[in-house]
Amino acid sequence: MTSTHDMRQLFQAKAEAVSAVVRTVASPQEALAYTVELCHGKEACQLLIAGCGEALSPKARELCDLKPQKVIAAPGLPPAEGEALGRLCAARGIHLTDRPLREHLAGIDIGLTYADYGIADTGTLVIDSSSEQLRLATMISEIHVALLPLSRLRATAYDLEAELGALMGRAPNYTAFITGASRTADIERVLALGVHGPLELHILVWEDK
Amino acid sequence: MQTAKSLKEYKRQLQEALDNGFLRGTLDKFAVAYPAGRAKAFQGIDVEALVAEIAAAKDAAIDCLDDLYHQFRDNAAARGIHVHLAADANAANRLVAEIARETGCRRIVKSKSMTAEETLLNHHLEAAGLEVTETDLGEWIIQLRHEGPSHMVMPAIHLSRHQVADLFGEVTGSPQDPDIERLVKVARRELRRKYVEADMGITGANFAIADTATLGLTTNEGNARLVTTLPRVHVALVGLEKLTPTLHDALRVNRALPRNATGQAITSYVTWITGPSPWEGTPAGERQMHVIFLDNGRRELARDPTFRQVLRCVRCGACANVCPVYRMVGGHQYGHIYIGAIGLIVTYFFHGRDNARNLVQNCINCGACKAVCAAGIDLPYLIKEIHARIQTEEGHPLPNRLLSLVLENRKLFHGLLRAARAAQKPVTGGTAYLRHLPMLFARQHDFRALPAIAARPFRDRWPALRPSVAHPRLRAALFAGCVQDFVYPEQLEAAVGLLAGAQVGLEFPDGQSCCGLPVQMMGENDAARRVAARNVQAVDPDGCDVILTLCASCASHLKNAYPRLLADDPALAGRARDFAARVMPFSQFAAEVLEIPAEAFQAGGPRATYHAPCHLCRGLGVRQAPKDLIARGGFDFVAASEEETCCGFGGTYSGKFPQVSSQILARKLADVEATGAEVLITECPGCVMQLRGGARHRGMGLRVLHLAEALAERLR
Ligand code: SF4
Ligand code: SF4
Repeated sequence: MTSTHDMRQLFQAKAEAVSAVVRTVASPQEALAYTVELCHGKEACQLLIAGCGEALSPKARELCDLKPQKVIAAPGLPPAEGEALGRLCAARGIHLTDRPLREHLAGIDIGLTYADYGIADTGTLVIDSSSEQLRLATMISEIHVALLPLSRLRATAYDLEAELGALMGRAPNYTAFITGASRTADIERVLALGVHGPLELHILVWEDK
Repeated sequence: MQTAKSLKEYKRQLQEALDNGFLRGTLDKFAVAYPAGRAKAFQGIDVEALVAEIAAAKDAAIDCLDDLYHQFRDNAAARGIHVHLAADANAANRLVAEIARETGCRRIVKSKSMTAEETLLNHHLEAAGLEVTETDLGEWIIQLRHEGPSHMVMPAIHLSRHQVADLFGEVTGSPQDPDIERLVKVARRELRRKYVEADMGITGANFAIADTATLGLTTNEGNARLVTTLPRVHVALVGLEKLTPTLHDALRVNRALPRNATGQAITSYVTWITGPSPWEGTPAGERQMHVIFLDNGRRELARDPTFRQVLRCVRCGACANVCPVYRMVGGHQYGHIYIGAIGLIVTYFFHGRDNARNLVQNCINCGACKAVCAAGIDLPYLIKEIHARIQTEEGHPLPNRLLSLVLENRKLFHGLLRAARAAQKPVTGGTAYLRHLPMLFARQHDFRALPAIAARPFRDRWPALRPSVAHPRLRAALFAGCVQDFVYPEQLEAAVGLLAGAQVGLEFPDGQSCCGLPVQMMGENDAARRVAARNVQAVDPDGCDVILTLCASCASHLKNAYPRLLADDPALAGRARDFAARVMPFSQFAAEVLEIPAEAFQAGGPRATYHAPCHLCRGLGVRQAPKDLIARGGFDFVAASEEETCCGFGGTYSGKFPQVSSQILARKLADVEATGAEVLITECPGCVMQLRGGARHRGMGLRVLHLAEALAERLR
């Protein structure tokens, strides 16, 4: 049996190997602060929605004009954390949206979500994304920030069979394994991140027991 | 997409691919990079055991495909999923179009699905007036170019960034920079708009889990998630073989699939969808989910005792990644829609004999695909079986019938070889090579010098060579094979010399003939069976401990194919198994049984490198013994890169596709040259013929020797 410590190290190594950022925080509150500062600190040029700097067709360009200011979406946070996040965002002039994300398909800066589980041997997050809001937050954001309490970490996917079975038993269900950012190597086998989904994945972990 | 009407046309297209410098460069780099990436991804995992587990679980699922379908359907109904079964490609395409009509969908986004490629779904939907957009970057690129995929996992691997930039320039109406990062971002924006507009999303599925009616989808880009989220109708087109009883089965396959495909531990996204999730697009709207299972011959395949294993395939694409022929000609020439070894096979079942006929001949039988297959499918064997089946259905070509006739009759065969020796004099000019190729060979064969038939075959030399051993510790029957017997008898003589003093009772059973691999390679199963029967009768397994073979191809054929070929012959099946059990290649015998010591040889030999014959390293799993012997023989051994990659000989293959064979040979010799070795050692007379002929043709100063010859030279 691998110890919890080993498992956590393995998780971090595997996630970093696919260019995820893994940070240990003291508490969920610190994670919220991290997220807001991450958003605040994004370079001005990165404010452009990914791809909007390129030569696009007129119709695709229309989407680029829809974005007024920096936007964070954080569906599924516990109410108290949602309120705390709202205060932090307001202080930095960031818009924390509670609108349907279908109104933001041009893209948002950060999608902040909890992960239900982590899988150490592949550096994977498991997220019950049955809610469309939550799903979109993890897809149309430039940066996906995922919160993972370490008690939720397992060694391998096999160790999650019962939990996954329970999720699938509660149909309809839409469960995602997410490992690193969206990637492609379809042109000349050269790796490029952020083809459809997030360009970056940040995973914030803390000891919750 | 390979559609040539004749072998001649196919060969012309192969030549075009061979002349495509970009394609060759790309595939070469990939072929070298892939094995290292794969090995790294599998570190710490018992790959063989995992593959065996996958194969067994898949076989069990194939046994009850119909039950799994019913189970999935019933569970799906309870979860609000509409399930359909399509008998063939047309039925599947019509179903999708009907669903689009009934639900009022006009714009479709798709994520990558080989099954939809199989049915040519896009053509059908476009003809029905629907707009279809592929969202996987590679698929989108080839869709815009109106091409088929050239690899199952990397569909646009044949294209350069410049070609993509030109294409995107046309699509956006503004010129594009050929910078990959930027091109990817352009696709991101252009395709995002398509998702927004789409009302139907079409996907395939990697897994269809029966006990929860869950679909599993693996992607790196995340496009399948948007395809299954933004549009209000989701249609999944799924091959019946993707049905699997439980989540555990899917997780198990998913341990191997991404590692084998791209050397990733897991893809960026694995999505598990159980029923239509709530739709939040419009207040009153509702999401619909349809799963269309495609039969298209799969249920019949499941009942075919020989071919059912093709349904194990998890579409990882690895069989193409390691294929020396794919590496030279690319996917558009190495598959109709499905690419690589598995493509050669399933084309016959899914897309018909006409599309399969040329393809199945273009396999060199190197076994590299079988060695990496995530599902343990015996791909080279099945390729030959399709070849044979097509010939049974269409009649056997004249050259095949002639060769079969000759090989089945040893006296006739050997008589012809002797006559050919007499007739070749004018073209050898007294050298060991044919100086001008007889008209029998086309000019294309000029890429290597071809050896002449020896003045006296080994069988005529044997009576004088036969050692007399009073108290043998072992009795070995020498199986010569025709190339060594008639072209390179000196290799056998060298072995006899090496065994002298080892107290081995050596026999050369006179009735033996060609092992029969050449006719098997030509898809002549009946002839192969009859030749096998002759040899099994000629060499009495009870009369010897070992059947010693210096030809790796013969050895692998005798050991692996004979029991199978004669399994249904009540008189010979048991004897064939005994026979096969005794077959041993020379290096293994010398290194592990006789344990010939280093003291037998002089030290300080020249720098030497090694080429591992396909049929020795993969066919028989003998990898270390030859190299140990080279070192014991006092050579300064240096390993060549890609030591186990095929030399391009493949017996009759190099006669049928000389242009491909010569290019594979060129790569091999370049790797050998890079070692700076003076001597290239191998353990198969076919490889010697190819490599020595190629080295001579290029004027390289390299000596190419059979292991036995090389060692005999170094004896004290
Ligand atoms: S046996 Fe070799 S040549 Fe034939 S398909 Fe497999 S890898 Fe390719
Ligand atoms: S045949 Fe084997 S190696 Fe080829 S794609 Fe299928 S599973 Fe992969």
